Amino acid sequence: MSTAQIAIALWTLVVKEVKRFTRIWPQTLLPPSITMAMYFIIFGSLIGPRIGEMDGFSYMDFIVPGLIMMAVITNSYSNVASSFFSNKFQRSVEEMMVSPMPNWVILTGFVLGGMARGLGVGVIVTVVSLFFTRISVAHPLLTIGVVVLTAALFSIGGFINALLADKFDDVSIVPTFVLTPLTYLGGVFYSISLLPAFWQNVSLLNPILYMVNVFRHGFLGISDIPVGWALTAIFAFIIVLFSIALWMLERGKGIRS
Amino acid sequence: MAEPALSIRGLTKVYGNGFHALKGIDLDVEQGDFFALLGPNGAGKSTTLGVVCSLVQKTAGQVSIFGIDIDRDFARAKYHLGVVPQEFNFNQFEKVLDIVLAQAGYYGMPRHEALPRAEQLLKDLGLWDKRSGSARMLSGGMKRRLMIARALMHRPKLLILDEPTAGVDIELRRSMWDYMRRINREEGTTIILTTHYLEEAESLCRNVAIINHGEIVRNTSVRELLAELDTETFLLDLARPVEQAPHVEGFEVHKVEGAQLAVVVHRGQRLNDVFAALGEQGIEVVSMRNRANRLEEMFVSMVEQGNGVQRELDSMGVSK
Repeated sequence: MSTAQIAIALWTLVVKEVKRFTRIWPQTLLPPSITMAMYFIIFGSLIGPRIGEMDGFSYMDFIVPGLIMMAVITNSYSNVASSFFSNKFQRSVEEMMVSPMPNWVILTGFVLGGMARGLGVGVIVTVVSLFFTRISVAHPLLTIGVVVLTAALFSIGGFINALLADKFDDVSIVPTFVLTPLTYLGGVFYSISLLPAFWQNVSLLNPILYMVNVFRHGFLGISDIPVGWALTAIFAFIIVLFSIALWMLERGKGIRS
Repeated sequence: MAEPALSIRGLTKVYGNGFHALKGIDLDVEQGDFFALLGPNGAGKSTTLGVVCSLVQKTAGQVSIFGIDIDRDFARAKYHLGVVPQEFNFNQFEKVLDIVLAQAGYYGMPRHEALPRAEQLLKDLGLWDKRSGSARMLSGGMKRRLMIARALMHRPKLLILDEPTAGVDIELRRSMWDYMRRINREEGTTIILTTHYLEEAESLCRNVAIINHGEIVRNTSVRELLAELDTETFLLDLARPVEQAPHVEGFEVHKVEGAQLAVVVHRGQRLNDVFAALGEQGIEVVSMRNRANRLEEMFVSMVEQGNGVQRELDSMGVSK
């Protein structure tokens, strides 16, 4: 395919993905907004004042970046996982497989679709948070950069999950048993400096901790871990997971007999 | 000489469970042909077409589409290929127009070209009025036509139709036949068809391959194949019921029901002799038709023969 044709194919796929999640907005865009509003009310407004300050900021200001990131992570992941798996389930993935579209375009198209939903929900949650607190952004470029990279990383993760899944249950296992615990333990609601030394070190094995912390650093200018290190780790994860997903796609894993 | 539209050499497929779906088949389909690939369920038809469309990974062998080896440049080969699969494989919740436009996009067709093409195809196939509705609201026949429209969006030179009229009523089936004939004749599109309606293959196709147990057991023209037909069975509707099948010298006659007889006529025998013999016995025939269409008789006899040979080999412990 020529470059122009590849651009058309990629655009087609991205638009199709965006249309999909906006068509079913009560399932995709509305629930995270309501859930996050609940978090802000309960943890931020009701419990937060009793907790006091966290790393020198009000508890509400401390959890806002983490909750935005949590929404971005879960929505990027679940968008690609459910969309690609339903393409497999309905066999509409064959539309793409019989076309001359290269595998990297298929992968990139789904990842961009997942990023669009993750970032879209991130914007919605940010707007919701403005009803509860004032947001100031210490490092805007870093904030945008890290949220975009995180959305990309978890979209790729969702794609791999969908390739490996044989039934709908397989699509919900990872978000329920892996993503949610890692996110909750990734410093969304607390600073790891509160933990004993042993658990601080264990927490450092959690990749989500790095993303939440860099994002918080972008907002508040504070972080539990070195920002450069965290960015390098996110980049490395993206490259490794993208390569694995592409390799699986080339091999027809889960989609070719 | 022009390259064949499809050339298959030594195509082998062994599934993960050890099942030999294809045992080194060779097949050529010439450009402009209307070709039938026939075989009983599980014979290897869909696996063969799956390999050609990149939905199934081959174990060994070579496949070329218009001279382009799929192992060397599958992307270029795919431009020539349009596929209408056996089962519905589109997102049922998408709009009809979006489905065909997305397919054009996957082939890199700009929207300003894709829109008029989609309009033309959807009008030709009687779906234009349904373009803004969700695909799941379409009837079974409409969904099949939608898949044909989608497959033709990028103007493929080779169209693969895997049981395109399954579950479609007779009137609609005939209109789909006319459409397929038209694109084959007027646009020169090579068409490969698999079907269980052998009347369809006999009516539409010029050449035929019969596949059984993962091997091509016959590859010839429909005309030649039919010329080899040794026997035909005719059903005779009688004016009055008979007690038992009458004896007609030289013919095999069976009673199907009270007022219907089945007569097996071998090559060289004259139907007039049957009518004369029945007339002498006071049996009046009011109408007559073939029990099955001619290709079906041939197909059944070949497949049964093949199964018989296979059974014999199996019983001797010899694998083919």
